[in-house]
Amino acid sequence: MAHYPSYFTLWQKLGLTGVKLTAWLVLLFLILPILVIIPLSFNAEPYFTFTDGMLALDPDAYSLRWYQQIWHDDKWLLSIKNSFYIGFMATLIATVLGTTAAIGLSSGQLPLQRMIMALLLSPMIVPLIITAAGMFFFYSQLDIAGSYLGVILAHAALGTPFVVITVNAALSGFDYSLVRASLGLGAKPVYTFFKVIMPLIRPGVISGALFAFVTSFDEVIVVLFLAGPEQRTIPRQMFSGLREEINPTILAVATLLVLVSALLLLTMEYLRARGERIRSGQY
Amino acid sequence: MSNAELTADEVRQSHRHIRRRKVLAVMFVAPLLLFIFVTFVAPIGTMLYRSFYHPTVAELIPDTLAELDDWTADSGQLPPRETLNIFTLELKLLANERLSGKLAEEINRALPGASSLIKSTARRLRRVDDAELQSQGAARLFEVRDDWQQVEVWQAIKKSGAVFKTDFYLTALDLERTPAGEIVQRDTQIYLQLYWKSLKIAFYITALTALIGFPLAWYLANASTRVANTLMILVLLPFWTSLLVRTTAWIALLQTNGVINSTLISLFIIDQPLEMLYTEFATVIAMTHILLPFMVLPLYSVMKGIDPSYFRAALSLGARPVPAFIRIYLPMTVPGLSAGALLVFIISIGYYITPALVGGTEGQMISNLIAFHMQSSNNWELAAALGSLLLLLITVLYWLYDRLVGISNLKLG
Repeated sequence: MAHYPSYFTLWQKLGLTGVKLTAWLVLLFLILPILVIIPLSFNAEPYFTFTDGMLALDPDAYSLRWYQQIWHDDKWLLSIKNSFYIGFMATLIATVLGTTAAIGLSSGQLPLQRMIMALLLSPMIVPLIITAAGMFFFYSQLDIAGSYLGVILAHAALGTPFVVITVNAALSGFDYSLVRASLGLGAKPVYTFFKVIMPLIRPGVISGALFAFVTSFDEVIVVLFLAGPEQRTIPRQMFSGLREEINPTILAVATLLVLVSALLLLTMEYLRARGERIRSGQY
Repeated sequence: MSNAELTADEVRQSHRHIRRRKVLAVMFVAPLLLFIFVTFVAPIGTMLYRSFYHPTVAELIPDTLAELDDWTADSGQLPPRETLNIFTLELKLLANERLSGKLAEEINRALPGASSLIKSTARRLRRVDDAELQSQGAARLFEVRDDWQQVEVWQAIKKSGAVFKTDFYLTALDLERTPAGEIVQRDTQIYLQLYWKSLKIAFYITALTALIGFPLAWYLANASTRVANTLMILVLLPFWTSLLVRTTAWIALLQTNGVINSTLISLFIIDQPLEMLYTEFATVIAMTHILLPFMVLPLYSVMKGIDPSYFRAALSLGARPVPAFIRIYLPMTVPGLSAGALLVFIISIGYYITPALVGGTEGQMISNLIAFHMQSSNNWELAAALGSLLLLLITVLYWLYDRLVGISNLKLG
């Protein structure tokens, strides 16, 4: 273990070791439940648990049958397609609207700034069950409940707060004299936006977009209330699978989703490092 | 700089300049504001409206209710014969359109037992001639069932017919109105207990995340940068993993033949599997796992900024470690602790998916009952009232969060 300062008493050393041990146990608590589903998804038997054969590392106890099952099940295929389609469209809307709004918010010229900010971030705070119930009432009146449009608009609304927050953070060190310089030198506003503002806030915009995508990709409750059978998404399919007929296909899907989130995490870390470099002026 | 140094024209110009920048800022924010109003604020508004607007009965028997307008139960008299005749006509119409069951269900909420009365009467009236009902409807009504001669029945119909009412809120708070108009407690307390239980579960989860998140955040904040960055991945990977995946994992772990039970049995620690899935314990443990990153991340960022020499100074000046920790280190972590705690509390109080999947009947929270009334019992107005109360609770907490932490300080990742 690490070296403690020489003036530490034995009890202090023991205490510190105890804290470190606790920290490691908590880390295990965080990561083990997620890792445990990966081997389970290769189970040859239709159970949610390790069989004796699996524990003995018998190759016959492992199989890819649940992964094959995903590709042979129209419901899963439709839900995968839907998740990406709805997620992509919702992200597009949320990113465009959220980025524009964040630029207006960070200019410091907005009246009622605090109130508007609280309002724009409220979709993130209001419990989804309330949002979903309200959307069900309202979207039914507009006749867009049970349609792709309804789910996409709902998910876009839920994703915008994340874009506003990340782009706002990216703009926190932004030097507005750059914009004035560009405009003063005769550049058109649109050109200034894409050539001056955008390169500097791009990491923030992309990470906001990723957050918006994950929000939609992960969301079940609004889908549960608003979507018809045609708009079923992956989490919706998992939800009914867990309620009705538990079989390891869900574990196979879950394993694939863990891979997706690992990819997202790496992308986010890369973007964060880039954003820090840009803000500290080393670009 | 005082205005005296500027000419009136310059002042005007600078005002115009400021105004133009304000208009520009508003123009940038307006599209999103409009979008949020239509897709989010309007739905929430509709839900609030639905919690006291209930036109179902008024749409089913509009003429009867119009007639009942002038009548009150206080007189102890039945409504006039003509009113009763009109009611039989409308009830016959409903029976033929197969809507009388809906009316029966609605009236039954105001007067238990009215359901069978209305259904059986509607069946009998189906074959009666319109002209006869027009003149002799009241008499036919009394023939079918004596109960129609009771004032309470008509009072219940009139009460159910009100388009705007606060009854759903009373139900949501386990209260009811007696026929005399007094507000009293219901015999069976359901919803208040459930709100209380949701608060309790949210509190457990907040306390647990704080308790186990604190040592982890401390360790990460005081480890070398390389170690901290590597270990941070173990915190962030669960954070980025789908909620459904994490809930699935807990089902696999906790079920009767699940990973935890089979491990404990093969280690001879227990010989009977523990019943852990579908309990309140399952809800608490799974949600603690899911929400732990929301506690660790703000704590970590606050602890990262704490100078370790304060604590060392206290020790070298002779303070004992535990009091030094409580009086020196802990107070400095309060901003992170309060931010994390409020965030975890706000998120967990309205949670739906995890309790629905792992909580069984005893691990249900208020959101699950809202969903039940939306999807299974079709009592949308009660769902809306329960939702509005939950929204009020969240708004207070959100306001508190904004006050203590500042909503603009919310950081992600």
